[in-house]
Amino acid sequence: MSTETLNDAHDSPDGHDAHHEHHIPKGILRWLFTTNHKDIGTLYLWFAFIMFLIGGAMAMVIRAELFQPGLQIVDPHFFNQMTTVHGLIMVFGAVMPAFTGLANWMIPMMIGAPDMALPRMNNWSFYILPFAFIILLSSLFMDGGGPAFGWTFYAPLSTQYSGDSTALFVFSVHIMGISSIMGAINVVVTILNMRAPGMTYMKMPLFVWTWLITAFLLIAVMPVLAGAVTMVLTDKFFGTSFFDAAGGGDPVMFQHIFWFFGHPEVYIMILPAFGIISAIVPTFSRKRLFGYASMVYATASIALLSFIVWAHHMFTTGMPVAAEMFFMFATMLISVPTGVKVFNWVATMWRGSLTFEVPMMFAIAFIVLFTIGGLSGLMLAIIPADFQYHDTYFVVAHFHYVLVTGALFSIMAAVYYWLPKWTGKMFDITLAKWHFWCSLISVNVLFFPMHFVGLAGMPRRIPDYALQFADFNKWISIGGFAFGLSQLIFLALIIKACRKIGEPVSDQVWEGAEGLEWEIPSPAPYHTFSTPPLIK
Amino acid sequence: MNRIFTLLIGVMLTFSNSAIATTAAERSNVNMRPGASDISLEVYELHMLMLWICVVIGVLVFGVMFYSMVMHRKSTGAKAANFHENVKVEVLWTVIPFIILIAMAWPAATTLIAMEDTSEAEVTILVTGSQWKWHYKYQNNPEVEFFSLLATQREQISNKFTKGDNYLLEVDRPLVIPTGKKVRFLITSDDVIHSWWVPDFAIKKDANPGFINEAWTNVNEPGIYRGQCAELCGKDHGFMPIVVIAKGPAEYSAWVQEQESAARRANEEEQRLLAMNMSMEELMTQGKKVYDTACVACHQANGGGLPPMFPALKGSKIAIEKQNIPVHIDNIINGKNNMPAFGKQLSMSEIAAVVTYERNAWGNNTGDMVQAKDVNFVINGK
Repeated sequence: MSTETLNDAHDSPDGHDAHHEHHIPKGILRWLFTTNHKDIGTLYLWFAFIMFLIGGAMAMVIRAELFQPGLQIVDPHFFNQMTTVHGLIMVFGAVMPAFTGLANWMIPMMIGAPDMALPRMNNWSFYILPFAFIILLSSLFMDGGGPAFGWTFYAPLSTQYSGDSTALFVFSVHIMGISSIMGAINVVVTILNMRAPGMTYMKMPLFVWTWLITAFLLIAVMPVLAGAVTMVLTDKFFGTSFFDAAGGGDPVMFQHIFWFFGHPEVYIMILPAFGIISAIVPTFSRKRLFGYASMVYATASIALLSFIVWAHHMFTTGMPVAAEMFFMFATMLISVPTGVKVFNWVATMWRGSLTFEVPMMFAIAFIVLFTIGGLSGLMLAIIPADFQYHDTYFVVAHFHYVLVTGALFSIMAAVYYWLPKWTGKMFDITLAKWHFWCSLISVNVLFFPMHFVGLAGMPRRIPDYALQFADFNKWISIGGFAFGLSQLIFLALIIKACRKIGEPVSDQVWEGAEGLEWEIPSPAPYHTFSTPPLIK
Repeated sequence: MNRIFTLLIGVMLTFSNSAIATTAAERSNVNMRPGASDISLEVYELHMLMLWICVVIGVLVFGVMFYSMVMHRKSTGAKAANFHENVKVEVLWTVIPFIILIAMAWPAATTLIAMEDTSEAEVTILVTGSQWKWHYKYQNNPEVEFFSLLATQREQISNKFTKGDNYLLEVDRPLVIPTGKKVRFLITSDDVIHSWWVPDFAIKKDANPGFINEAWTNVNEPGIYRGQCAELCGKDHGFMPIVVIAKGPAEYSAWVQEQESAARRANEEEQRLLAMNMSMEELMTQGKKVYDTACVACHQANGGGLPPMFPALKGSKIAIEKQNIPVHIDNIINGKNNMPAFGKQLSMSEIAAVVTYERNAWGNNTGDMVQAKDVNFVINGK
């Protein structure tokens, strides 16, 4: 795609740009009152990173307790709080805000828009998030502890049998939901209305496409989550009995409602990753993305299918056989469009001219490890076998492969890919390679043996286990600590990059990179595309 | 099943299957077990079929990618080709996975239908989960019912004693079922959702409060089969194992008769104890025993509890003030807030003993003695 540069950023840097810099408030006020998509993107990304470290610290507690059989470090009630809050923080605090941060930074730059469509709402949708998580984290210090019913908060464990902190949990999930919905609306409005002239839908970069579809998913299902937590709240505190059989309710209905949100939520956390990988692989293959149109259609089909597969999380709840069959077949069907994506990436690399810079290393790791997670997902769809896999470490392995080596690796790939554009300096490549290799090895030591202990019969969410699982759990914990420590390398690298230490980079940054974001200067000026570029 | 094996990836599969099946016959540390019934073996074979299909897909896809990574490097002078679409290829890799899926779905559906057919069972057992124990009731022999609790000592869990071979997978009273008969389980719960899982039977069914689920097995070989609760059910979710002993039909009948007469004897004993008083020493010894199995998980060995979810008994008004003795007894029988009801699990003399124990242990020295008849008074008003 080529552009006719009508872009103010290409004006002389000391003239026009300096004029703009003039309006930026200094210090904390700049960050508090900012409506700039780049600032807000940065805020989201830092917030996600902090949450990732906090959620990771909780994972370390979990792995320390599971290092050997017996209870050593925490009591089971606190252990349950750790698994619960770890899950909530990683899903709602780390992965989702990180993708929103990337969307804020990149979508306007990719479609030739000056900013997000609703900049003030953008500020607000970020700034309510920290409060949500302060509320959630502070609940851990309440009498009786924080939420201990798993991030899936199944009733009646979360209603009749939970502590008072449930009220804080519900409130914080509401705030997270409002933030997500506002962020999603902003993305939709921006993409639909602010594309540069000539940027037709089928010319949009795939990251924009996948985020557009993700945003619709968010708008569709976050209200369902809000409904679920509200019913939990009224069941617990106001005497309703949505999920209490004794009052005419049904605890299984909770799971239907939750997973009607929960399954699209899974794709909310992976579709933007597909977009990122679809941007990185062509760049370092020096070859156009294979099957662009089929990528778009596959993303849309995955999103549509995500609404009719929710009950595959509930095969053991005792559904009618006909319903089980339907959800099994629908679930298996998802592997077709997902497979198309993987095949397209491989075909893009095929007969390319490949180099292996750090973003590409993460992207390739993503393709392999996400596919492993996808294949174990296919196994999980087979109901008779799922009766054995369900609620074991096999499932834990599965969703960590798709979420850690899937979503999280894609986020890291994206950060390495676009960081030089953001800062104007190349990041510390040696540190980055250390970060990659340490993460790659440790993450597999951490999650691969979970398949084995799960198949051998270790249930998830237990603080102590039978002796036959001891050897693998020791390795899993060692892998966990190593993976946790590896992320400190990433932290050091990011701090270094934010202090603008490193070699200056060109506008294009990566040989082979194509798209509007690579045609503006590095670092990206505070305001870009104040006049839209013309896409031919 | 064999038909599909040969159909798909015959040789490889047969080889792998026999190789792993021999090592997995007992308790494998790395793989699912073939289990103890025809169904569980079918499930195991389905699992292996799926696993190998996935391995083959993975090897092919990654193989192509790694080949490309080696052969199409810029550093070795590879020039990028220009293609970015190919309708034929794209249709092909949409259709082929579809066909593979159908090949997977067929045996899965067949097995599933067999697993869900609970008709014509010869033995029916009602399984009720509650925090954190299982209760079994033999529907064909209504007198036979009992609770099944974790038998691992607390000291093993807190690392004071060496852990035994069946650490966390042992119970005080295992479920007993006959071999060679279709046994149906009706599964439900008294409080939160639990899940009754015995891997060797390939049964995992949620125990939903207020609803009854069904599952069945037909065990081929006598033996001891162990499982665990699989759905997060609160603090001691990790400590509610399942042990099932499968006995030959004759032995099973003998066992049932023995249980029936034991139940009758226990009933008579209960009546006898109502008429007599136990000594303080007897009450305290018996009480500690009951406390250590039924109460210690929440109220803790030192009576301090884990407030506020699990309140302390040490120094608590209910456990100290004399006028609260009936309340104390009633809480144990019927439960309170988070606390489950123990009226079905404990006999009157056991409740009397544990109430006495709680009123005299940890410096609660009230000197109160509670007898079975006091408990009977709370329950029956006489």
